[in-house]
Amino acid sequence: MKYIDEFRDGDLARGIAARIGAEARTDRSYHLMEFCGGHTHAISRYGIKDLLPPNVQMIHGPGCPVCVLPIGRIDNAIELATEHAAIVCTYADTIRVPASGGLSLMKAKARGADIRMIYSAADALKIAQDNPQREVVFFAIGFETTTPPTAIVIRQAQALGLTNFSVFCNHVLTPAAITHILESPEVRELGTVPLDGFIGPAHVSTVIGSQPYEYFVEEYQRPVVIAGFEPLDVMQAILMLVRQLNDGRAEVENEFTRAVTREGNQKAKSLVAEVFELRPSFEWRGLGEVPYSALRIKEAYASFDAERRFGIVYRPVADNKACECGAILRGVKKPTDCKVFGTVCTPENPIGSCMVSSEGACAAHYTYGRFKDVAIKAAEAVVE
Amino acid sequence: MCLAIPARVVELLPDSLGTIELSGVRKRISLELVDGIAVGDYVIVHVGYALQKLVPHEAERTLALFAQASGAEAE
Repeated sequence: MKYIDEFRDGDLARGIAARIGAEARTDRSYHLMEFCGGHTHAISRYGIKDLLPPNVQMIHGPGCPVCVLPIGRIDNAIELATEHAAIVCTYADTIRVPASGGLSLMKAKARGADIRMIYSAADALKIAQDNPQREVVFFAIGFETTTPPTAIVIRQAQALGLTNFSVFCNHVLTPAAITHILESPEVRELGTVPLDGFIGPAHVSTVIGSQPYEYFVEEYQRPVVIAGFEPLDVMQAILMLVRQLNDGRAEVENEFTRAVTREGNQKAKSLVAEVFELRPSFEWRGLGEVPYSALRIKEAYASFDAERRFGIVYRPVADNKACECGAILRGVKKPTDCKVFGTVCTPENPIGSCMVSSEGACAAHYTYGRFKDVAIKAAEAVVE
Repeated sequence: MCLAIPARVVELLPDSLGTIELSGVRKRISLELVDGIAVGDYVIVHVGYALQKLVPHEAERTLALFAQASGAEAE
């Protein structure tokens, strides 16, 4: 497929890896965080970690909206279907995430709740038009990439005069979370490995552009390289970060120029600004409360806000005490440092946020990396 | 979750809609978030909406950077 296959070429990847190996200084280490789950998935799936010198380490960030969605918000979505008899429309990503009481959206559906999986926000609007006698709620999650379509359907619902359609908004913001990782109180408690640089989001940046990261590099003096989600994009971004760090530079660089401009998508940004406003604070699973990190629906569109319409009360649900996601998301621990990783906590039965979606650090390692750990242990046993 | 794919626009339809094709699969999507799209353009598609138009010469430039970094240009 054009614009995909040529960005996955193995020979080129080995060539770039050799260049990274040649340019990475041996007298220092490079701790680089890829913020996005899409990058985490690519790094695990294509074995990029194995191509890097040992002193270039990738730390997996919290950029997976499914992973960081608090359990309490999924409980709320289930309540909308069970207690308010609404049709709840959801992207497939959230359908299997465990909620309270042994439930999930899928299990609630099996018990009779009217929960429907949709591909596009537009599908939710269509369901509302087709079911005028029912309340239809769109369970909206996602980063800046996924927010503009939600803004469009809210405006369309208003234009169509729909009175049975609302949105349960859980949209979150990338720059706020990146900043939080560097300066949250938990970082002081947990301690942290120094994060030397960041691979910036691919598709989030197609919408917001590269400009929002400029303040960040200035304030925190950490380089950011925006990269596409294909393996060669990630390799090239790592090389660009190594070069910036070697030169003592902290700049925003853009590897994903085929889709990202400095300004981003102006039309999408204005639509989002028209419909949504900042929440003073929002809970992220694994990170806790993060100030100004999420969006809510503006007063002008209040009738389409499911939280107002149904008087939704959010009740936080604590994660299992054994779960190490908080430390893993900040780069302090690895998935294999967690006692419950791969034993109690698996993709089929996720205990913590990093195991919830295939883009989470633990799920990615469980799927693509864990057998390698086993092989190493077995080989050591033979040597002994 | 932010996964999006580059796909070729094969048809423009009323109401800012369009048809894309990806390896023989055709799907109707919304072009409401992007301006000036023509048949044959590649767009990045996410949850049924085109988010950006792909810039072919920038893609070429990035591929050239890969080749340069990997030393392939010396061959």
